[in-house]
Amino acid sequence: MNKKIDFREVLQRSLVPIMFIVICAIGIPLSGLSVGYLANEIMTRMGRNIFLILSLLIPIMAGMGLNFGMTLGAMAGEIALILVCDWQIVGIPAMVLAAIISVPISIALGVFCGSILNQAKGREMITSYIMSFFINGIYQLVVLYMMGSIIPIRHGSIKLPRGYGIRNTVSLLSMRQKLDNLIPLTVGGVKIPVATFLVILVMCLFIVWFRRTKLGQDMRAVGQDMGVARDAGINVERTRIISIVISTVLAGFGMIIYLQNMGNIATYSSHSQIGMFCIAALLVGGASVDKASIGNVFLGVILFHTMFIVAPKAGATITGDSMIGEYFRVFVSYAVITIALVMYETSKRRKKKAAGRELQDLQGHGGDDLRTADLGTL
Amino acid sequence: MDNQNNTLLEMKSIRKDFFGNQVLTDINLSLREGEVLGLVGENGAGKSTLMKILFGATDITETGGYDGEIFLNGEKVSFTTPFDAIAAGIGMVHQEFSLIPGFEATENILLNREPKKTNVIAEIFGERLDQLNRSEMEEKAAQAIEKMGVKIDQRMRISEMPVGHKQFTEIARELSKDQLKLLILDEPTAVLTEKEAEALLDSIRGMSARGIAVIFITHRLQEILSVCNTVAVMRDGVLVETVPAKDTNVTEITKWMVGRTVEETAASTDVHTDEHQNTILKIEHLWVDMPGETVRDVNLEVKEGEILGIGGLAGQGKLGIPNGIMGLYNAGGQVTFEGREIPLNSPRKCLDSAFAFVSEDRRGVGLLLDESLEWNVAFPAMQIQNKYLKRYAGGLIKWRDEAAIRAVTEKYIDELQIRCTSSKQNAKELSGGNQQKVCLAKAFALEPKMLFVSEPTRGIDVGAKALVLDALKKFNRESGVTVVMVSSELEELRRTCDRIAIVSGGRIAGILPASSSVEELGALMLSQVV
Repeated sequence: MNKKIDFREVLQRSLVPIMFIVICAIGIPLSGLSVGYLANEIMTRMGRNIFLILSLLIPIMAGMGLNFGMTLGAMAGEIALILVCDWQIVGIPAMVLAAIISVPISIALGVFCGSILNQAKGREMITSYIMSFFINGIYQLVVLYMMGSIIPIRHGSIKLPRGYGIRNTVSLLSMRQKLDNLIPLTVGGVKIPVATFLVILVMCLFIVWFRRTKLGQDMRAVGQDMGVARDAGINVERTRIISIVISTVLAGFGMIIYLQNMGNIATYSSHSQIGMFCIAALLVGGASVDKASIGNVFLGVILFHTMFIVAPKAGATITGDSMIGEYFRVFVSYAVITIALVMYETSKRRKKKAAGRELQDLQGHGGDDLRTADLGTL
Repeated sequence: MDNQNNTLLEMKSIRKDFFGNQVLTDINLSLREGEVLGLVGENGAGKSTLMKILFGATDITETGGYDGEIFLNGEKVSFTTPFDAIAAGIGMVHQEFSLIPGFEATENILLNREPKKTNVIAEIFGERLDQLNRSEMEEKAAQAIEKMGVKIDQRMRISEMPVGHKQFTEIARELSKDQLKLLILDEPTAVLTEKEAEALLDSIRGMSARGIAVIFITHRLQEILSVCNTVAVMRDGVLVETVPAKDTNVTEITKWMVGRTVEETAASTDVHTDEHQNTILKIEHLWVDMPGETVRDVNLEVKEGEILGIGGLAGQGKLGIPNGIMGLYNAGGQVTFEGREIPLNSPRKCLDSAFAFVSEDRRGVGLLLDESLEWNVAFPAMQIQNKYLKRYAGGLIKWRDEAAIRAVTEKYIDELQIRCTSSKQNAKELSGGNQQKVCLAKAFALEPKMLFVSEPTRGIDVGAKALVLDALKKFNRESGVTVVMVSSELEELRRTCDRIAIVSGGRIAGILPASSSVEELGALMLSQVV
């Protein structure tokens, strides 16, 4: 294959990761945190977040951009966990059961979300973002009013004292880090959640395999040019809906893994920023609106969360106020998303300008490369 | 080529009208296996519509279908979607590429027809989870490329390919369909270099030898003569001639293409051809990146007070010229007006220099559809020249002068005979012809020094046409405004203009006086077609 590596293009694409490497390089010594502590923290956060972020990859492949549809899947995972928790099932079986319960809810939400996004082609990101607020309202209706009144909730520890609705925090002590600790392994003082990483590995293999299937190929085609794909007989709408459904289902699983690590559910807020942080992490890893790989996910999680851990401490060292760091990390995740979106637009515009320049260059050669008149002498 | 006696395709008395506007009249066409038919005609002659009917394009079915019968291998067929046509063995390569940019040639050639390997998961969840059989894909693509006879790199990504190779990828895709019996090529050589075009012609000969019939649409008549068995010439929706290619020549075909059966309208009698007129507008090395209407290198001088016509085939760049100068598309080069250079890519600067533009895109650019006629006529003048405004407090507060707005609107309603209920009617409620008149009134109200008019009569009826053209001419003659008029219709250019510049291949192919014959202008139109 004739692949010329355009240095500027590579630099452009990796601008955000480079920026973060610099931030981390400055921040780590300033924070005064030990390497062992950092390594442990990052390892934990990788296990916690990677699966969730992986769920973003398939919609990007199908050209639906950075998609907040995953938030819907996260809610489905939470509902499933609350139910399983109430049924007093513990450990790994509880997680498996929660995963199974979350699937139909995720599929229903995914089909709904996908159908709506089909009406808003090209504006998937903002549409799905707003839709996640809307579905959050429905989620609250279910959790705050229907659970305990319509959906039976027996266990008093998760129910509000008034008899219906779920408490602000649901303890997941029964399955806390059960997956992470399933295969215990500590290397040089760093605890490695082997089983979680195995699940993530299976997931990565699935994504690699999926890209090679007919459906994966169709999604890539739809992602690049819907019109051409449609002309070739691919059912564009259906393919897009499937990609969102896969994303919500995976996000449901991802949320269960995330929450088993945390050890409790913040019923009304766990999911609220999950989409934002996942997307920011993916972008920090060097992904763009139309291109993201598994490598971007891993790099992104490491860099983004290093900053997360380091920023408050570094902020405290510099200014004497740890709130600065706290503020800094929230502000940075929004900034990253903004930068990524702007860069996507500018690169599109640059390509357009290049087309103009080509035309101008053509003038220099006169008409040499054009066919001269067949009939000019007529 | 004696074994080509089986008739493959027969089209019998095909007729088609779009909402009462007859575009095809009694077309009879037949094609044998392996025959190469060259289809020529001016833009708007009905070639594309005919091919769309054959290919089952949805815009035909959506506009009420067609009359007449099509037989393929002796069986009557009627395709309602392109997929039916493809299944029956018809392939079409469109002018616009239909390729996935990030895919390799192989992936594009076999798009949605990939050979697959099944697996356990696919057994459960359905065949879309089958894996692609890469090695078989490469093999099949290689076969198709081999069949085409032109070498292209099948592992190369489309986005990295030169345009010519993209075209060949499309052709290879059609050839990879086993059932292919008839291939329609719509101006395939337009984007090819001379060498590539030659290779394509060879490839067409190869297809023909394999028994695949080809319908070849092009403006390059030499190619038709060198590769086709038969030439079919269309004009104004009628198939005027069908002759064996060896019995004809370029001059004859050109004549059939542009010649009118009806009495030729006389060229304008009232022509200004004063050689010593001042040059008011000078265009040098203009390029415009307007999709589908690329301007490459235009040099043109417009004389003060004249009507300059710009003609040419669709896609050659004539529409790009006014759109580029007015800043609606990315452009470069030098434009000088009355000795001052006009900055490009800045519509406001153009309007400030007393340019006005009547766009070919009436509904999109030209009109505020949901506003009244008064607003439509007066808005630009108000916005740009502060006309029709009452000033208070030394110009700090400006109020609209409703009475003046009404007066000017009514003046133009009268003058241009705009048919409407009142000057308060919304623009979108008017017919196409009347909307066009509103666009003109809007430009007139600006009282420009320089007026660009693009396709002023597109989609309007004959009566309105005459009125619009007369109004333009009157405006030019009475107020001395220089007019540049772009139109696809040679007849109307000859009738209205003083001089006619013909654009071909994004350049000016020549400038002739309006009294030149249609044949002369037609030959220029085809001269540098790319």
